[in-house]
Amino acid sequence: MDISFQINGTLRSVDVDENTPLLWVVRDVIGLKGTKFGCGKAACGACTLHVDGEAVRSCSYAVKYAEGKNITTIEGLGDADNPHPVQQAWMEEVVPQCGYCQPGFMMATAAMLDKTPNPTDEDIDANIVNVCRCATYYRMRKAIHRAAELHTANAQNS
Amino acid sequence: MSKEKKDKKGFSRRKFLVRGAVGIGVVLGTGYLTRSIWRRGIAGMINTAESPYMGDTKTPPLWFEVTAENQIILHSPKVEMGQGAFTGLAQIAADELEVDVDRIKVVHAATSTGNIDGFGTGGSTSISSLWMPMRELAATMREMLKNEAAKALNTSPASLQLNNGVITGGGKAITYGEVVAGVQEWEIPKTPPLKDLKDYKFVGQPVARVDLADKVFGAPIFGMDATMPDMLYGAVVRSSLIGAKYKGADTSKAEGMPGVVKIVKEADFVGVVATSRMAAENAKKAISVDWEVDRNWESEDIEAMIQVGQGDPVEIQKKGDAKGLLEAEEGLITAEYKSPIGAHAQLEPNGAVAYVEANKATVMISTQVVEITRSEVADRLGFSKDQVNIVPTFLGGGFGRRLHTPNAIQAAVLSKAVGKPVKCFLNRKEEFQNDTFRPPTHHVLKARLSEDGLIETIEHNVSSGDVMFGSALTPGFLDPIVGADIGAWRGGMIQYGAIPNFRAVSWRVKLPFSTSWWRSLGLLANTFAIESFMDELAIKAGKDPVQFRLDQIQDDKAGQRLKAVIKAAAEKAAWKDEVVDGRAMGFAASTDANTPCAHVVEVSIEEGEIKVHKVTCAMDPGIAVNPDQVRAQCEGSIIMGMSAAMYEQMKVKKGALTPTIYGPYQMALMRNAPKEIDVVLLQNDDKPGAVGEPPMGPIGAAVANAVFRLTGQRLREMPLQLV
Repeated sequence: MDISFQINGTLRSVDVDENTPLLWVVRDVIGLKGTKFGCGKAACGACTLHVDGEAVRSCSYAVKYAEGKNITTIEGLGDADNPHPVQQAWMEEVVPQCGYCQPGFMMATAAMLDKTPNPTDEDIDANIVNVCRCATYYRMRKAIHRAAELHTANAQNS
Repeated sequence: MSKEKKDKKGFSRRKFLVRGAVGIGVVLGTGYLTRSIWRRGIAGMINTAESPYMGDTKTPPLWFEVTAENQIILHSPKVEMGQGAFTGLAQIAADELEVDVDRIKVVHAATSTGNIDGFGTGGSTSISSLWMPMRELAATMREMLKNEAAKALNTSPASLQLNNGVITGGGKAITYGEVVAGVQEWEIPKTPPLKDLKDYKFVGQPVARVDLADKVFGAPIFGMDATMPDMLYGAVVRSSLIGAKYKGADTSKAEGMPGVVKIVKEADFVGVVATSRMAAENAKKAISVDWEVDRNWESEDIEAMIQVGQGDPVEIQKKGDAKGLLEAEEGLITAEYKSPIGAHAQLEPNGAVAYVEANKATVMISTQVVEITRSEVADRLGFSKDQVNIVPTFLGGGFGRRLHTPNAIQAAVLSKAVGKPVKCFLNRKEEFQNDTFRPPTHHVLKARLSEDGLIETIEHNVSSGDVMFGSALTPGFLDPIVGADIGAWRGGMIQYGAIPNFRAVSWRVKLPFSTSWWRSLGLLANTFAIESFMDELAIKAGKDPVQFRLDQIQDDKAGQRLKAVIKAAAEKAAWKDEVVDGRAMGFAASTDANTPCAHVVEVSIEEGEIKVHKVTCAMDPGIAVNPDQVRAQCEGSIIMGMSAAMYEQMKVKKGALTPTIYGPYQMALMRNAPKEIDVVLLQNDDKPGAVGEPPMGPIGAAVANAVFRLTGQRLREMPLQLV
C-alpha cells in the first residue's frame, strides 16, 4: 500500500508492505544508507532516526506508523556546509572509529538535546544507551557536552 | 556514468599509471606467498618480533593514482576498520610526496588493481608493517614525478621545487596531475633517500581522521551500504545448533511466497533470493531444513574440555628449572583463573553484495582478508582468481570477525543462480551464533617466593580453544612448524625476565564451535591471569605491586621500555596502594607485539557494582604517526577490554550458543565507561609499533586488582562479578 511521509524535508510516497520496518524503507527503498542496521530488535540503537522529533529505533517501527509524519535521518540532520551542533562536536572531538554506529548515537544525542539542552553526565548515561563496539564512549561524552554548548549558543544567536 | 575511456580490461586509463609499463603480474607473481615469508609473517606475530608487510612494496603506480584535478588517490591494501590506518598512511605518504594530507584521498584497493596484501588487516600491523614501505613508495613516486616534470619543463630534476602538488623550475610550473597526464611509460628509479623524521610535517601530528566527514554525515561507505544496479536480496538458512550438518531442505512453503525470485539449493546450504530483504527473511523462515546434529552441547561440556592438563601441551617459554623447583608443595603459591567465550559483537553484520557474470565476479564486502576472500570465491565458482574482483568497503567493526568470509561465497552462489547482483547479510541472531568466538580459557599459575620477597620461580599454564589453528589466515602446514597456537598464547609468556626460573605451557583444545582471532587474541585473558597473580604475589610478599614488578624486569631494551611505562603510569596516576574515600587503584602491565603498556585504574563499588572512574594508560608504541588516533585506540581498547572483562560472556544451552542479541549479551555502555582516560605516550623506539591491541592487555587485571583492595574479594574469573 502507499504510505506518505516527509523525510528530510521532502514528501515521499512509498508502495511497500505496511509492516516493513521503517529502517528498510529508508535504506533500500529511499536509498538513504546513513541509518544503520545493527540488530533488528531495537537493542543497539544503530538505526535511530527522528519521527516528529522523537528518537525512534527504526528497525522495530513499522512503516505504516510513519504515515503523515516528519522523518529526519543523519543525512537530514546537517551537512558539511551546515553541520548540526552534534555533528560539529563529533568532528571537533574526532569521535568515530569504525563509524558504523555513530549516526544512531548522533541522532539519539540530537533528540536528547532538544529536550535536555544541558545534560548532566547522569542525563547522558540514562538517555544514550546505544551500543558502540569500538567503545568511543569517552569521546562521545565529551562531544555531547560540547554539542550542548554549541546548541545553546545557536539557540541564543537565532 | 563516468565518461572516462576504459581500456580493454575495464579499468580507467588514468587510474593505473603504469599498468602495462611494468609487469604488474610479474611483480606479484614471483611467489610472494612463499613458505618462508609465511613463516616470517606468522613468527612475526609472536610477542617480541615484527610483522613484515606481505605485498608489493616496490611499485608506486600500484599504490598511487593522480587525477587531472591534481588529487592523489592512495589505493590502500589495508582496510579501514576504525583503527585509523587510512589517516596514518595518508600522513606518511603526504610527507614524502610533498603534499598536504587533504590532497590525498585514501580508498580501498580492489583486488583488480593488483595491490593486494597477502596477509590481511589485523594484528595491529597496518601502520607498523607499512611504515618503511609507504615512506619508500611515496618517496619513489615523488622522484618519478620530478623526473617526468624535469623533462616537461626542460630542466634538471635537482633544480625543481615541490609545493603541495605543484612543481616549479626553470621559471615554469606544472601540477602533479599535469605531469601524469603527459606520461605514457614510467620508469621506476631506485628508492631515494628518505627524509629525516624531523623534517616530516604530518607524521607525529594529530591530523583529523581522513574519513571523519563521511562518518559524521552518514556517507554510504560500509559493506552493508553497498548496492549494485538491479540488485536482489538473499538469505541463507543457518542452524542454531553447534555442529549442525546440512542434509537437505523442504522449500515447498517458501516457493511462491511474495517477492521470492528463486530458492537456491546447494550441496551445503539452502538460500533464497527475493526482491527485498524482508521478503527474503520471511521466505527463509518458511524453509524447513533437515539438520544432522551429533550432540546437544551445554556450557558444562565446554568448561570440562577447557582445563589445564587436558589436550596437548607445548612448552612455549623456559628459563632455569621452573618445573623441578615447583614440585615440592611447601611454600607453593597457586591460583586458577578463567575467561569465558567472547563474541565479536561488531555492529555491522557480515554479508556481501556479489554479482557473478559469465566470466567474472564482483564482490563488495567488509573483509579483513581480501586475498583469502578472493581465493575462496574463485574456488567455489570454478574461476581463476583474476576473474574475481573483491571491492573492499569500510568495515563496521573488524576485531577479527572478518577474517573468515563464507558469506562472500554464499552471496556469489546466490547471484550466480539468478544472474543478478545479490545482497546477502546475516541477521543479528545468526551473527551471534555463527561468530568465530574468542575461545574460553583456563589458567593455572604457580610460584614460589624467595626469602627477600621476590619471585624465585613462576609457571603459567593456559588451556584455550584454538585461535590460529584452523584459521584460513594460516596454512595448515604452519601448525606443526609453530607448534603451539600463537594466537592462544599471545600475552601468555612471563615478561619479568629477571625472575631466575620461569616456564609457560600452552594446552590446546579443539572446541566444537568456531573460535578464532578476537582483538588482542589471548592477550586479554592471559594478562588477566598473569597480572592478577602478580598482584597476589606482591601482596603475599608484602610489597608495593608497582615496585614488585619493577624489581623483576630485566635490563635489556624491552625491559627498559616496560619499566618506563610502568613508572609513567604510576607517576601520572599518583599511584597509591590504599583505599581513599571508597576508591582504590589497581595496577597491571603487559607487553604485546613489542608495545609495552601499563594501566592504573580507579575503582569504587556503587550499589553492588564495580564502577571504573578513571584509567591512566601509559604506552610506548614507538613513533606515534598520529598521536590523537593512538590515544583513540587506547581509549577504545580500554573500554572494549573492560566490557569483555566485566560483562560479556556467551553460554551454550541445549546445543546452541546464547544469548543472540545485545542486552542479554551484556556489554559496556556509556554509563559503564570511565569518565576520565588519561593516556601518556612514550617513544622509546624509533619506528611505529603496534597500537590497536596492546592497551587491551592489562585492563581486566587492573580492575580485578583494584576490586581486591576494595572488597577483599579476589575475582579470578571473567566476567568479574562480585559475590
